[in-house]
Amino acid sequence: MNARRAQKKDEVSVVLCGEAGQGIQTVEKILAQCLKLSGFHVFATKEYMSRVRGGSNSTEIRISSKRVSALLDRMDLLIPFHKGALKHVEKRISADTIVLGKRNIIPEDFRLPEKNHIDIPFSKIASEIGGKIYVNIIAAGVVLGTVGVEQGFITNIIKEFFSKKSEDIIEKNIEAIKKGYEIGAELLNSGKVKFAISSSPKVKDENLLNGAEAVGLGALAGGCKFLSSYPMSPSTGVMVFLAQQMKDFDVVVEQAEDEISAINMAVGASYAGARSMVTTSGGGFALMIEGVSLAGMLETPVVIHIGQRPGPATGLPTRTEQADLELALYSGHGEFPRIVFAPGNIKDAFFLTQKAFNLADKFQIPVFVLTDQYLIDSFMNLPLLDASDTRVENYVIRTDKGYKRYELTKDGISPRGIPGFGEGLVGVDSDEHDEEAHITEDLVLRKKMVDKRLKKLDSIRREVVPPELVGSSDYRILITGWGSTYNVVREALRELGREDISFLHFNQVYPLYEGTRDYLKKAQKNIIIENNATSQLGKLIKLNTGMDIETKILKYNGLAFSVEEVVTEIKKILSKENT
Amino acid sequence: MMESQIYEMGDIDIAWCPGCGNFSILKILKLALSELGIKPEKLVLVSGIGQAAKIPHYFKTNFFNGLHGRAIPPATAIKAVNPDLAVIAESGDGDMYGEGGNHLINAIRRNPDITNIVHNNMVYGLTKGQASPTSQIGFKTPVQVKGVFLEPFNPLALAVALDASFVARAFSGDIEQTKDILIEAISHRGFALVDIFQPCVSFNKVNTHKWFKENTYYLNGSHDSSDRGNAFQKAIETEKLPLGIFYKNDKKSTFEENVGVYSKNKEPLALRKEERMKKLSNLIKSKR
Repeated sequence: MNARRAQKKDEVSVVLCGEAGQGIQTVEKILAQCLKLSGFHVFATKEYMSRVRGGSNSTEIRISSKRVSALLDRMDLLIPFHKGALKHVEKRISADTIVLGKRNIIPEDFRLPEKNHIDIPFSKIASEIGGKIYVNIIAAGVVLGTVGVEQGFITNIIKEFFSKKSEDIIEKNIEAIKKGYEIGAELLNSGKVKFAISSSPKVKDENLLNGAEAVGLGALAGGCKFLSSYPMSPSTGVMVFLAQQMKDFDVVVEQAEDEISAINMAVGASYAGARSMVTTSGGGFALMIEGVSLAGMLETPVVIHIGQRPGPATGLPTRTEQADLELALYSGHGEFPRIVFAPGNIKDAFFLTQKAFNLADKFQIPVFVLTDQYLIDSFMNLPLLDASDTRVENYVIRTDKGYKRYELTKDGISPRGIPGFGEGLVGVDSDEHDEEAHITEDLVLRKKMVDKRLKKLDSIRREVVPPELVGSSDYRILITGWGSTYNVVREALRELGREDISFLHFNQVYPLYEGTRDYLKKAQKNIIIENNATSQLGKLIKLNTGMDIETKILKYNGLAFSVEEVVTEIKKILSKENT
Repeated sequence: MMESQIYEMGDIDIAWCPGCGNFSILKILKLALSELGIKPEKLVLVSGIGQAAKIPHYFKTNFFNGLHGRAIPPATAIKAVNPDLAVIAESGDGDMYGEGGNHLINAIRRNPDITNIVHNNMVYGLTKGQASPTSQIGFKTPVQVKGVFLEPFNPLALAVALDASFVARAFSGDIEQTKDILIEAISHRGFALVDIFQPCVSFNKVNTHKWFKENTYYLNGSHDSSDRGNAFQKAIETEKLPLGIFYKNDKKSTFEENVGVYSKNKEPLALRKEERMKKLSNLIKSKR
């Protein structure tokens, strides 16, 4: 059982559940935007099936007076759009959950006390407006009404959102959201729902972003000029985002025929001087792996974004997992250096992607940005990203006659020229090569070239992003995690309110921070939390520090951790400790 | 016109067998490029893996010797980010038609302004004599012990079927004719496929220099290379194999023209200094 938390008046969790194709994602977007622009803190995350119609999908929207950024199990309001909805989220229904909808949407055999149900004839109202299609917009209106959003600008948001539709459709959507709003406002005024969420003008000016947009913005800030990829959930959002920017930014976005082509194009573009990236997920990345090795051998920069989803093979295409760390870490035959980032939140996704481009160029290596479906698809408000301190650092030189692409240098980094810029000729070769990139089987030279490539790791290690310690530096228990678990563990620790527990979060997982062992040594008890089955970071830590973190919180059913779940798991560990 | 000497590497060790058709293709390509006045600094040779794919190592120019079957994707991208460069993707039949077949199909559809030269000796050389996609039916090898039974890959028919912008076949034994075809292919705006027959003296004892001489003929002056139907007819002829320019379509726009970054600004994307900060900050602000 998950820990149940008492309903707080200044923070509400709304869950919408329906079939694919019923417009839940549309509602999610409209709600997130309306709420944020009204000054409410908002976090929206979804879990959905790999299908276009039918099934059961749900989205959770947290609306709060304070910043919110993680998945909750708790549902204060549930709006089911189809009969299967209540069963789908059954375990999350508590004594305080209020279900909004027509009685007949609740299956006959489902025991839901009357006090937990408020009858709203969504379909009937929708039919009066013009068809069942408006049910979702009416529901959005109800939510906005229950939290007391200012009604004024909702109309404008609807107009903007449906701007490509006909006048008639826009009008009907406005009517629908207004109808819903009246119902919601009535629930609030009559005390049937007891929300008192305060808005703040500061929030209005903040960003509302999901992880895919943050990676995309980071790529633009990092000077990305070329993206080639093959669509694959959940990573496609980055390609879509950059494609939308082609009109304003000097960037080429090309949908390749397959992932093999995608990474080979990206390496080609980079060789010719355009910063480049690919975005993919595990299965697509598996096809790119020879290209990773190519980038390592050619010493040609490339940024690889992997939006992780559960495998093996096709796995669960639309769900989340942190199980491709080892894949990224050991991808590519042969030995060559790389960097692996794993942003913990939206802000880090932006800054680390930006940094990935600079480091890829500086060290002439592949740099990975590992996200996952949960991070990519979750929206939240955050203070406006400030890119003013970021720079696109130039590491390309104008070549002279006699230029040697793989000149042997002290630190292993050869000045990098590009074809057509300067007097020199620029060759790169996937075979072992001499300083001018020509194929060689001189085995003395081979060893020198291996050493040259690996020597770059020394410089790379000096620039490792250190992990963040959340909580007191005087901890007794240390929880270690990486990537998208950042916000959920933070909130769980706030819930627990234990000053002796701190959280060590890795934004860069490889090369692993040198001081990791010191952090772990200091704790009387170490716990690792990962969204996978085999504790991949734990294994990497063991390899690097010799320390085995035996207490693990692992989840691999395809869903992200919820705050309650983390709280419960930690409590279980603590209670064992006491007995 | 420049001297082809400009591309010479000097005294180097070449990994090809004496008498290999690759030697003539290397020589012919240098002649064609020098006749076109393309300077080594303005050229990129992109190749995959195999004996033919070693050609950039015997050439004084920029080069990208990538992975087996993968010459076309980087060549496409190089041209896209720097259209000022002449880009040639060059490898053997196994590389381009076998391992890289999907890239060939999609490069024809994408139509980058690159030249695709395929050394076609109907056998695998570097792996020592297995069948290639273009090996003829009945061709026996240590792996295809009963002889090849797969229908030979027909690159010309494929290219014409996909309305490729330039489709030609040449023979390494004919220096002048092949040079003229290469000059036209490299000058052509759009994707140009040139399949070059070449004998493999070590592993193909069937399709020899003599065999190619006896089993090929040149399309004559009456062949209309703008007629796609006629070109397809010629491409599926097998009795005797036609040589020359089968098909040309000058009306197609190129990948570089279509990607959008050159509609207002001709400067190569790779060399462009874009002032992004203001645009970026506006974009960030719009995400509210």
